[in-house]
Amino acid sequence: MNKRRFNFVQFLLNNSTVFLFIIIFILFGLSSPRTEAGFPRFWSPENMMNIIKQAAVFAGIIGVGMTFVLLTAGIDLSVGSNMYLSVVVAGLLMRSSGLEIVPALLVSLLVGTLFGALNAFAIVRLKIIPFMTTLATLVIGRGLGTAFTSSQQIDFPERMNAFGQTMVLGVIPMPIVVFVLVVIAAWFILARTQFGRQVYAVGNDIEAAKKAGINTDRTLAMVYIISGFCAGLAGFILASQLGGRVDRSFGETREFDAIAAAVLGGTSLFGGAGNVFGTVLGAVLIQMVGTGLQFNLVNLYLQPMVRAFIIFLAIFFDSLREANLKKMKRRFIRPLEVHRADAGD
Amino acid sequence: MTPLIEVHELSKAFFGIAAVKSVSLSLNVGETLGLIGQNGAGKSTLMNLIGGVVHPDTGTMRFKDAPYAPHTPSDAQTAGIAFIHQELNLFTNLSIAENIFISQFPRKGLLRSIDRGAIRQQTRDLLASVGLDLDPDIQVDRISPGERQLVEIAKALYQDAALIILDEPTTSLTARETERLFTIMGQLRSGGKALIYISHILHDVHHLSDHIAVMRDGALVAHDPAANFSVNRMISLMVGRSIEQLYPPRTSTPTTDVALSVKNVTTAGIVENISFDLHRGEVLGLFGLMGSGRTELARMIFGADAYDSGTILVEGEPIKKPSPRASIRSKIAFVTENRREEGLLMGIDIANNISLVSLPDFARTLFDVVNQSEMLDSARAMANVLQLKSGDIAEQPAKALSGGNQQKVVIAKWLLSRPSIFIMDEPTRGIDVGAKYEIYSIIDRLAAEGSGVLIISSELEELIGMCDRILVMSRGELYGEFPRAEFHEERVLRAAFREQDLPVLPVQEPSSAPAGKEEV
Repeated sequence: MNKRRFNFVQFLLNNSTVFLFIIIFILFGLSSPRTEAGFPRFWSPENMMNIIKQAAVFAGIIGVGMTFVLLTAGIDLSVGSNMYLSVVVAGLLMRSSGLEIVPALLVSLLVGTLFGALNAFAIVRLKIIPFMTTLATLVIGRGLGTAFTSSQQIDFPERMNAFGQTMVLGVIPMPIVVFVLVVIAAWFILARTQFGRQVYAVGNDIEAAKKAGINTDRTLAMVYIISGFCAGLAGFILASQLGGRVDRSFGETREFDAIAAAVLGGTSLFGGAGNVFGTVLGAVLIQMVGTGLQFNLVNLYLQPMVRAFIIFLAIFFDSLREANLKKMKRRFIRPLEVHRADAGD
Repeated sequence: MTPLIEVHELSKAFFGIAAVKSVSLSLNVGETLGLIGQNGAGKSTLMNLIGGVVHPDTGTMRFKDAPYAPHTPSDAQTAGIAFIHQELNLFTNLSIAENIFISQFPRKGLLRSIDRGAIRQQTRDLLASVGLDLDPDIQVDRISPGERQLVEIAKALYQDAALIILDEPTTSLTARETERLFTIMGQLRSGGKALIYISHILHDVHHLSDHIAVMRDGALVAHDPAANFSVNRMISLMVGRSIEQLYPPRTSTPTTDVALSVKNVTTAGIVENISFDLHRGEVLGLFGLMGSGRTELARMIFGADAYDSGTILVEGEPIKKPSPRASIRSKIAFVTENRREEGLLMGIDIANNISLVSLPDFARTLFDVVNQSEMLDSARAMANVLQLKSGDIAEQPAKALSGGNQQKVVIAKWLLSRPSIFIMDEPTRGIDVGAKYEIYSIIDRLAAEGSGVLIISSELEELIGMCDRILVMSRGELYGEFPRAEFHEERVLRAAFREQDLPVLPVQEPSSAPAGKEEV
């Protein structure tokens, strides 16, 4: 009897993010304004589609990149600045030399990737710890972006807006399709390729990875480059969603949501554990909270605090889970039945 | 026949201190070399030279009849030398199959994805050849230490290693797992593999090896067929003098004052109704097979783990809210089983390790500022008392010490807080013979000065050599008590086994390493 309750608690904790997700989904639905037919607007398909779309551009795509980095026990604080810098370069070229959408996207990807390579160089070659490296490039990236734009807002040509409104097959918003492709590619890389499995190995024990003949420098460099690529991609897509207007605060604090999405999804900050599907769940959860708060007309200034609180809650559950798991893994020496029979006397 | 590996006058010094002095060795195909020596004798350095981890100052090596000078561990691996370290190098978050193929996966298709079918099949075959019946997809953190050891060997077989070096492979294995490992080693040998086996369990070395090499102070002091060695001779070669006794004589007798009293301590599924007294001046042994609940009980007494019911009294005073802090206040010291993870801050200097528990005593001034010079003086004094062999204790990190000296640091840390009760869990595990003797002498001195000492050990001989009384634990219960006059190896073991299925013990030489091996 005792044992079953234990397992139930563990089951709840094991899936705490999923349960949190369901509870928040239901609560926001019940408290949201209704349609004339009495259906909660929060649960409408349009709103759901909207939440997923925003999750993709705000936290999802960079969250996937962040997952690679966290798996090696690293961190990339520069993704928000990288999003800004990448899209600024692409936008300036679009305006000055009339670059089309696809080449502009490639420019944004290239800048993002190079920026990731800069992080990789500092971390792997100069041996500066990831936290300090990416904290520095966070400032450098934003600084370069404001310098290129003289701190002015960039207005993209109209085709950027049109690109953002593209519907694939007539019904699915473009950012969702991009997100799905990124997630599938990331899953494939992590679960099915040599590089992906080596990422997990490096995160588990980097010394052992070196002894096993894994090129750990290359593996570490690659995860920051991938994170940079994702930032370049996310920056461009996000700009298209904002109607092609990019101001100096574009992408700010995105790194927080990206890290939160990955950690909510079960990725460990200590490396070696996690996967991209968890990150998708985390990103959608974060966005759902944001949208739900707007639906319920929560004071604009309170919203970030409520969001931070819910993220805190999820991570708190995660640490409870770890503690409980440790307790469960305790070795039992004596059969518990014996004791129960004693207690029944 | 040319030997598989030849080491010729190999020397290596670290910062001017010779670790390996002009060592020459050779090993043939299908032979096992037992390598023994005290901690710090140079065994590890010699193996690291062969394994490409460090590079020799002078001397040459030949492997497979060709010059051999590895620059990195992967060079050694490619050449056909597998080095199975004491701390295993498996990735616990990956599957067995992934661990075996991690450096080079077979790949297929346009996307160069891992050929999972192929690695699964090959892994299944490799596991079968080391006698493991496990699913290749199972994650390594779900298999036992013994199984992990065999997975390491499977990995060496996959790399087609001609020489396999095993460094203390049995320390974390049960008797059954050890037996299986030895069987596999026998098969490898008949299959033409050369093995180098390093262990402190001299009986195993004697039993498994064709030749035995003894190192002392970096030099090779003997290299003969195993038949020319007795365990006694191995010990005297290692220490360089003959140890008549492995245990110092006890210089005191226990008093009748109760220092620690454990009453009816019970935790569901772990320990059941444990009651005993530890007296001042007494060395009390707690023997039990692995998994009998010894360590768990010790942790409960120290307050590191909770217990469901029962009382623990120190000098008649019950400990109300058990925690390590409460125990330290009650003057209990706990030398844990695991120096590396629980006993020491490995990267921190020795002095700070020694003063860790009694740090508040050195911080009596405003804002709790630590009086550095007072702290250092006390740590130095304690290091002197215990004859710690180290460099400057304010500079040298704990990890730079040998196992025996690390254990002395742990003991020094507790001594500084002047405890009256010592709980020592496996105080001499992985420590060489000479250092063991010193630890035993310290234990005797503690008892003579009036402390109560509780020693937990799976080496029955050690308990018989040192204790005034032995308690036997079995399946979480106390299952026997033996005063010194009634010490009898077989009877104690029978109690631990509950008189069931007592295995026939090999006849041991008087002063060999452990007697009763653990069994789950």
